Amino acid sequence: MSHAPATPVGGKLTTPFFNFMALVALAGAAALVVRFAQGLGAATGMTDGYAWGIWIALDVVVGTALGCGGYAMALLVYLANRGKYHPLVRPAMLTGALGYTFAATSIIVDVGRYWGIWKIPTYVAWWNFDSALLEVALCVMTYVMVLWIEFSPSILERWRASGTPGQRSFAESAGPRLDRALPWIIALGLLLPTMHQSSLGTVMMLPFSKMHALWFSPLLPLLFLVNCLFLGYAMVVAESTLSSTGLGTRRETRLLGALAPTMAWVLILFVVLRFGDLALRGSLPAAFVAGKYAAWFWLETLLLLAPAVVLLGRNARERASTQFGAALSMLAGGILYRFDTYILAYDPGSGWSYFPSALEILITAGFVAAEVMIYLWIVRRFPVLSSATPAESR
Amino acid sequence: MDRDALQVSNLTGAAAAIASGVGRRDFLKICSLAAAAVGLPASAAEKMAARVALPKKPSVIWLQFQECTGCTESLLRTSHPGAAELILDLISLDYSETLMAAAGHQAEASLAEAVKENDGKFVLVVEGAIPVKDGGIYCKIGDRTALDMLKDVASHAGAVIAIGSCASWGGIPSADPNPTGATGVPDIVKGKPLVTIPGCPANPYNLLGVVLQYATFGTLPELDAKLRPKFAYGRVIHDDCPRRAHFDAGRFAQRYGDEGSRQGWCLYKMGCKGPRTHANCSLLNFGEVIGAWPIGIGAQCFGCTEKELAFRVPLFQTVEPEQLSPPGMYPSVNAKHGEVSPLATGLAGVAVGAAVGAGIAMTRKLGQEPAEKDGGEEE
Amino acid sequence: MTTLTRRQLLQGAAVAGAAGAAAVAVPSVAEAASARARQPGDVGLLYDSTLCIGCRACVTKCKSANNLPVDAMNINGVPYDAPDDLNATTKTVIQVAAQGDRFAFVKRQCMQCLDPACVSACMIKAYQKGPDGVIGYDQSRCLGDRYCQIACPFNVPKFQWSKAVPVMVKCEMCRHRKEGPACSEVCPRQAVVFGKVPDLLAEAKRRQAASPGKYLARIYGEHEVGGTQCLYLTAADVPFETLGLPKVDGTPQPHLSTSIQHGVYKGMIAPVALYAAIGLAVWRNTRKGDEEKKP
Repeated sequence: MSHAPATPVGGKLTTPFFNFMALVALAGAAALVVRFAQGLGAATGMTDGYAWGIWIALDVVVGTALGCGGYAMALLVYLANRGKYHPLVRPAMLTGALGYTFAATSIIVDVGRYWGIWKIPTYVAWWNFDSALLEVALCVMTYVMVLWIEFSPSILERWRASGTPGQRSFAESAGPRLDRALPWIIALGLLLPTMHQSSLGTVMMLPFSKMHALWFSPLLPLLFLVNCLFLGYAMVVAESTLSSTGLGTRRETRLLGALAPTMAWVLILFVVLRFGDLALRGSLPAAFVAGKYAAWFWLETLLLLAPAVVLLGRNARERASTQFGAALSMLAGGILYRFDTYILAYDPGSGWSYFPSALEILITAGFVAAEVMIYLWIVRRFPVLSSATPAESR
Repeated sequence: MDRDALQVSNLTGAAAAIASGVGRRDFLKICSLAAAAVGLPASAAEKMAARVALPKKPSVIWLQFQECTGCTESLLRTSHPGAAELILDLISLDYSETLMAAAGHQAEASLAEAVKENDGKFVLVVEGAIPVKDGGIYCKIGDRTALDMLKDVASHAGAVIAIGSCASWGGIPSADPNPTGATGVPDIVKGKPLVTIPGCPANPYNLLGVVLQYATFGTLPELDAKLRPKFAYGRVIHDDCPRRAHFDAGRFAQRYGDEGSRQGWCLYKMGCKGPRTHANCSLLNFGEVIGAWPIGIGAQCFGCTEKELAFRVPLFQTVEPEQLSPPGMYPSVNAKHGEVSPLATGLAGVAVGAAVGAGIAMTRKLGQEPAEKDGGEEE
Repeated sequence: MTTLTRRQLLQGAAVAGAAGAAAVAVPSVAEAASARARQPGDVGLLYDSTLCIGCRACVTKCKSANNLPVDAMNINGVPYDAPDDLNATTKTVIQVAAQGDRFAFVKRQCMQCLDPACVSACMIKAYQKGPDGVIGYDQSRCLGDRYCQIACPFNVPKFQWSKAVPVMVKCEMCRHRKEGPACSEVCPRQAVVFGKVPDLLAEAKRRQAASPGKYLARIYGEHEVGGTQCLYLTAADVPFETLGLPKVDGTPQPHLSTSIQHGVYKGMIAPVALYAAIGLAVWRNTRKGDEEKKP
């Protein structure tokens, strides 16, 4: 089976949408000045009760999961040997690299003493192996590099084709070496997310006395791992549909349709694991206690079960709208699950409340905007999307 | 005015004191002070002054038993000129062992005469505890026991005022092991209007207030369960203590003469009983000298008005403060933290709303496309 | 909020053990929670809510002994040093628990857990338990990630939110003072007593036995979260929950997460083996087609 080669989309970068994103990113940058000049209290709604806000729950915990498209696709292509999905890998790697890079940047913004972050990878003697967060930090740092290396063939390809002489000679010497090392780097790219995505679940096992019974689970590591998988697939579908619509490239409807049953079964696995665990431990009655917890719990469940049903149907294989709608529902449900585990289910005791401040939201929005801008720039200039040339047979 | 002169001038001579020393202005001033202390309106002071000017004065019989005369002394030694004279002019003090010139059988005869003359109308003031053990033989006057004397005189009185801690609940003589069975008036006299004004000594202004009210209006002030006038004993010393701020800030003197002691910090940790002692000492100092009271001079309150405290609880032992309601400025265990700005909720709403809205709108748009057909729109 | 019991936790552990084989190796943590045993040299505080009169001498002295700034709160326009909770300028605080007309005081400070969540949480060991069991904080290691705040069952560590160069603030039992904690030193009523934990436990039991009916027959901290070095006594009719102390059982906070971390990553054997397996599979799969070897 052969694929259309990936090509740059080209075209004008500064569309009105791009300019709007630039505006949001600038506003976020301005808000960053306040955070670094006056401390976290001045810029965020975080308190001693809710010491983690949306920068951790959204930017890092959700952000890395959305960046798991690369991981999820690599699992299919390289481990399960489904080569036909290959065209989806490069954009997924790019989204992953961008998502993880911004998650890592968000961590620098979020931690109070960011100038000491270099101590984590260097002061090995200080490492505390009890800390799931240490593992997350080390894995994320490494995985960001791994993702960019995994994505680098795209850059080398462009340099080899139309770079400066220097770029060309570098690409020609680095390319073969990279090709040889790539299987082991890809393997690392499969191992690291397995480790840290599950550890993101372990992180919220430590404060178990403050966790709501509907979200706390000894299976949190496993649930987070499965969750990042279907979020990754959903992200691949959403990203592919969005870029084909926004950039005018060809749709991958058939390819994405082939992915649908896999997605459905991962979703079902997640819901079964979650309900089985709750039922076995006797925590399920909490889902029937009227209140915000039960409401959010059922919303999450519905947002995940509905696409599972839809994705098993015929429409999912043929209609972009069905695929996209299902992906959005999965994204919403999966993001909610992660967000709820870190914010809603975490209860430091009566009297504490949290809502992000305006600056806090602006900074997160700014990061997302910057991410979108860089994505657009890269797909227009580098060979990422194999569907960039419309009306080409497969 | 010369106090020795007062004593020799005999009881009726006090009227001359007004003429000689206390002018009408001072007179009104003291009446106002007393009226305010009892909680009567300012107009009451005028009435009190008018009442005092009448020729017929209420008869008072002042009995003294197991006591140190401290209460009489503190009454006589008020430094504002005339307070003692005033009270002595307000009333017709028909019997008082300390103040009367008569002695021996002559004195006892005057007591019998006063009781007979004002039967059922006079005010009996009792100073000192009454021993009841062994038939009351531990305190006798003219071969009559204090117990016998009190019962006899009280049965003829219109109202009884027990002044000082000894008369109110036993005081020092009743301290463990209480060898004489010293007892306060309320345990002996029943069925008469009775007011106790405990204190060691009792503050003379509290007596003044009660007596003036009774003399002018024929009423007694509102009393608490221990028959103490509420105007003076309604609050604990701690409530109005000038050192209270130090208590609230946790600044305590540890021992006499240390840094905290010199700085005037709270004496609670040295065993001050102010937090449980009902009295108005912190508002109404003694002898009209600002700061002339135990805590004012750096000594802990020892709880003289309270039967449960004075001479019973060791001087340096701390007590549980009496607080009827939790201190308002203290944080609750459920203190509220965290705030939500309208701008932030708006922003979050816009962001989430835009994402959800755009998602739904785009899904709809895609739905209009035929299956598997390619197409694209600019965002 | 529905809280978890130890039973639910262990049941869950069994589920985790069973499911673990499926995808990610979650270890069996069915073995009983084993907290760090009390050491004879452990020091702590005994707080007796029935004796506390709420004078806040401990709060004031703590501030001066630890050089903490005033936490100005405006009351009728007048600034008072009135912290409403533990915070960046307050390592101990007296709070009021009111129940109708009745009320009781409670002192808050670090509980000095035997098996502390903050120590377990911190990535590069900014928290370490000293020889006397007191949890010390080393700001030179701290990154300000605040996981300790998330982890602590008592919400003790506090962050300097208003500073551009922040540190964590937490009671360290005045380990810089030779004479011991300032709070117990100034308490006028021995409501706060400092000493070796075995002595404190004995004193708490002595107080309970000396006044039958006065105390609740429980010492908070004796078993809670696997035991803490700060112990609490309360009046018979004022439950510890009313005092704002969280309802927790005897499971040490870090028990479950530590078991997983240690089980999965013991000697890094499982990750290395997994890496080798994945590497081989990928290498085999990418060899097949030339066009498939590049992502």
